[in-house]
Formats: sequence, structure tokens, C-alpha cells
Amino acid sequence: MRELAAIGVFALAAAMLPAFVSSGFVLHLAIMVLYSTLLGQAWNLLAGFGGQYSFGHALFFGTGAYASAALQVHLGLNAWLALPVAIACGAAAGALVGALSFRYGLRGSYFALVTLAFAEVFRILANSVQFTGGGVGLLLPLKESAADLQFSKAGFLHLILALTLAGFLVTWWLKHSRFGAWLAAVRDSEESAAALGVDVVRVKFAAIVLSAALMSAGGFFYVQYFHYIDPHIAYGPAVSVEALLGPIVGGLGTLFGPLLGAAALQLLGELTRNLAGDVPGVSLVVYGAVLIGMVMFLPRGVAGLVSRRGA
Amino acid sequence: MLEVRGLSIRFGGVQALEDVSLAVAARSITALIGPNGAGKSTLFGAVSGFLSPDAGTVRFLGSDITGLPPHRICRAGIARTFQIVQPFAAQTVRENIAVGAHLSRASRRAALAHAERIAEQLGLAAQLDKVAANLTVAGRKRLELARALATGPKLLLLDEVLAGLNPQEIAEVLPVVRGIRDSGVTVFMIEHVMQAVMNLADAVFVLNDGRLIAEGPPAQIAGDARVIEAYLGHGAAERLRRAAPATSVAAPGGAHA
Repeated sequence: MRELAAIGVFALAAAMLPAFVSSGFVLHLAIMVLYSTLLGQAWNLLAGFGGQYSFGHALFFGTGAYASAALQVHLGLNAWLALPVAIACGAAAGALVGALSFRYGLRGSYFALVTLAFAEVFRILANSVQFTGGGVGLLLPLKESAADLQFSKAGFLHLILALTLAGFLVTWWLKHSRFGAWLAAVRDSEESAAALGVDVVRVKFAAIVLSAALMSAGGFFYVQYFHYIDPHIAYGPAVSVEALLGPIVGGLGTLFGPLLGAAALQLLGELTRNLAGDVPGVSLVVYGAVLIGMVMFLPRGVAGLVSRRGA
Repeated sequence: MLEVRGLSIRFGGVQALEDVSLAVAARSITALIGPNGAGKSTLFGAVSGFLSPDAGTVRFLGSDITGLPPHRICRAGIARTFQIVQPFAAQTVRENIAVGAHLSRASRRAALAHAERIAEQLGLAAQLDKVAANLTVAGRKRLELARALATGPKLLLLDEVLAGLNPQEIAEVLPVVRGIRDSGVTVFMIEHVMQAVMNLADAVFVLNDGRLIAEGPPAQIAGDARVIEAYLGHGAAERLRRAAPATSVAAPGGAHA
């Protein structure tokens, strides 16, 4: 219950931010933190709670992004209606990967490699098919109205807050439900879990579908916010890395880890940009250094610092 | 209750089990003994669905469960523990046991409450909030037992729950196992600790080199020549019989020590 209250307070504070801050830069930063949190929540669900380390979450992100963009550009579908379709497509991609890899018992680094391979295959496909605009990508037409899901910064902040809130509630439910208990059991010992009546394959399958659905919502948001998607953004490794970096820095398998990690990394990213200028790739170097540092000195993430004091 | 017929399992060139047939009576404590490598754990693996037999059938409460996946067999009412305990190390004792309790309880609250009851039954109540990784060996063995019991099984397969425990710890666990049986759960146990087998078991099966070599009540098994040979080597039973009068004669003088 205390966790739910904390989520509520956080959501309220974030929702009221535009009332006090008018700086476009600050609002953009807040939007990016929440967006990054959503990606982290999606990855954390599967890896932090289920122990299945995906290195290709871009697959679900890109599928959500392209599903909505293509429907909007080619068929003129309303953006609001594109949201459920994008989530359904992302979940279907999750189901595909889950069915193929978990059914045949792929674990650990093999699973990570397969997810990476899937994302890369889709990147190449997106590059070569007409439907996705090929290497040029897809540009959403400008229609500035809330009915078409194009808002001011404050509107986008509320949209991404709503999606992140959904991520929070799903994570909270996971921590307090039978499904979450089963998923954690599978993470810690598949053999023991099976001996206690847990259908291991089915639990992992459900987890990747749920995770993919959340991730595709992130892809949907990206397209609406930036009006643009191309194969490299959609299916490239950068998004996969962003999704996993946040929870690892913030605290794997915790409720607030993805938020803490996303905030730390976004602020760090801004700082690097200010100090080093727009040198291409410098933020990746910094991220890499942070990741090494976290694994070495704070394996339980920023959230681990807090709970260590509590324990 | 449990009926194994003509069970054979081969691992590459090793015949781990060959044409093993046995039956476990309801509400009994039945022991499975035999030297290392005899195929005891393999038999448990086949019964609990972790291994699929090359030949033979496993029937439980009248229905054929041969080759079903482990979770289906657990749902049918057979729970097992592992010889090498595998706790959910990062989780507390309470959370560990709750995973078993969830089998028949969808609600988190009900599962956690049941975990508490099981922990009290097995003397783990004081350690409910301890992380499983921090338990002693005896604690982990008990946790393994508690998790399996929390699934509400009709038949419990215990794979060496006493191994690695000191005599005092063993003495503490014996009444626990008996209590489980008295609550209506049939117990089928692999055990090396003979004192426990003699003390607990109603019936004993002996495996050697993948074959069943003896069965019967514990007292009869202890004197069975084939069983003694299986443990002590060929001709051992004969030597023991011949040595017995000699030592009793020599004992007063004490010169042959």
C-alpha cells in the first residue's frame, strides 16, 4: 500500500509540473525521463522479475512504432486508435519470440542473442520494404490537435505519464500476485518452480508478451512525439540498450528502479551534452562507463542503496 | 497409490534403470535405498516427470502419468524435493513456501498465510523473513520440504532430506516426517541414513545397478544377503556370517581388536 501511495504522489507531482514550469527544456527532459522509464519498466518486467535477459527489446519498440506510423501514414488511421493496434502488434512480436525461444528452452546468453538477432532481422527488413518507407523512414503528417494526439509539451507529458503509470501499476501487480510469484520462482530456479507445479514455459511466455506490450507503447509514444521513425531508430541496438541500462542502474527487479535509473541517465546525458558538446557517440561512452561502474560497485542499483539502509 | 511397472531408463551407454516395478501403499512411509549410482534419484525423476522413461509406466491413483511434464504431475498430487536443494535464494522463506502454496491458492494473501502455517508445522516459523540464501544446510532441507508440502500433495517424494544433517538435526526431522504421514500424506523417501529408514519406514525397496534386488519390511531387508552384498561387495554376506561367531569368541579376550 505504501508503494501505491508513493506511485500516486509521484504521478500527481509529475502531472502538475506544467502548472509550475513553463520551460520547454525542462518539460522535454521530464518527458524523456518518463519515456525512458517506460522502456525500462518493460525490460525490467522480463529481466528483473523473470530473469530472461533480452538484448533485443528494440524488436517490440520498433514494431509498436512502425505499426502505428504505417497505419497513420498509409491508411490515415487516427492516432488514438493506432495505440491499441501498436500494442497488439508489439505483443504479437513478443509472442513470436517467446514461443520460439522458450518452447525450445533457450536460456541466458542464448536467449539474449536470439532477441538481438530478431531485432536485427527486423531492422534489415524495415530497411528494405516499401511499407515502412525503407531507409528513409516514415514522417507523420502534422495535425496539431488533441484529437490527433498531437499536443503541446504539457499534453505529451500527460500522455507519457499515463503510459508510465500503467507500467508502474503492472509492476506493482506483479509484486503482489500469483503470476509475479511464479515468475520470480522461474527466475531463481526453473527446476524447483516446475517441481512446485509452475508451468515454466507458459509463465515466461506471458511475461515476454506483457513486456513486449509495454515496450511497444514506448515505440508508439516515440513516433507521436518525434513524428518520425526509421529502421535504425526503431530496431537498432540503441533502444535495446536504453531499455536495459535504466533498470540496471536504478535497481533490477524493483518497482522504482527503472525511474531512478532513467532519471540518473537522462540527467547524465544532458550533462555530457553540455560539457562535451555534440560529439557523436560520447554519450554511449559515458553510458558504458556508468554501466561498468554500477556492476562493480552497486550491483543492486540505486534502489539497492535505499533498501540497504532500510534493512 | 503409486504404481511403477517395468520402468527402464538409459543414459547413453548406461542402463540407469532396468525393468523396475514397485508399488507405494497409501498412507505409508516407503523407503528407497541402495548404493550410490543405483538409480534411486533417476526413479524419482521419472515419477516426477523430470525424466521420461524409455519403457514402462507410472500410474498414480489409478491414472497413467508416464511422461507428463513436472508441473502437471505436481498438480496431480505428487510433490518432490531435490537431493541438491534449490531454494529461491533471493527470496525469503515465506516467499519460497508461498510459491508451493500458490498451486491451489490464487490469492497472494492466502498463499502467504498458508506458508506461515506450513512453516510452523516444520519448525521454520522463526525464520520466515530470512532470505533463503542465509539458511543453514538443515534450514534449507526443511525449506525444501516445506515448499513441497505447501503444494498440498497426496504423495511426497523426499530425495535424501537427511543427508548432510548432524545426528541431532536428524532426530529433529524424524518426527516431522512421521507427522506429515500422520496428516494423511503418503511419503516415499530416498535415504542413506539407515537409522531413519529403520525408524520410519513401513516398507523398503532396494535398488542396485538399476535393478530392484529386494523389498519388504525394514527388519527383513537389514538381514537380506543380496542387500548386504550390494553395499559391502561380493561375498560380504558370507564373510559376515562366518566372522560373527569368531568375533563373539574373541571379544572377551580383546586380543583381536
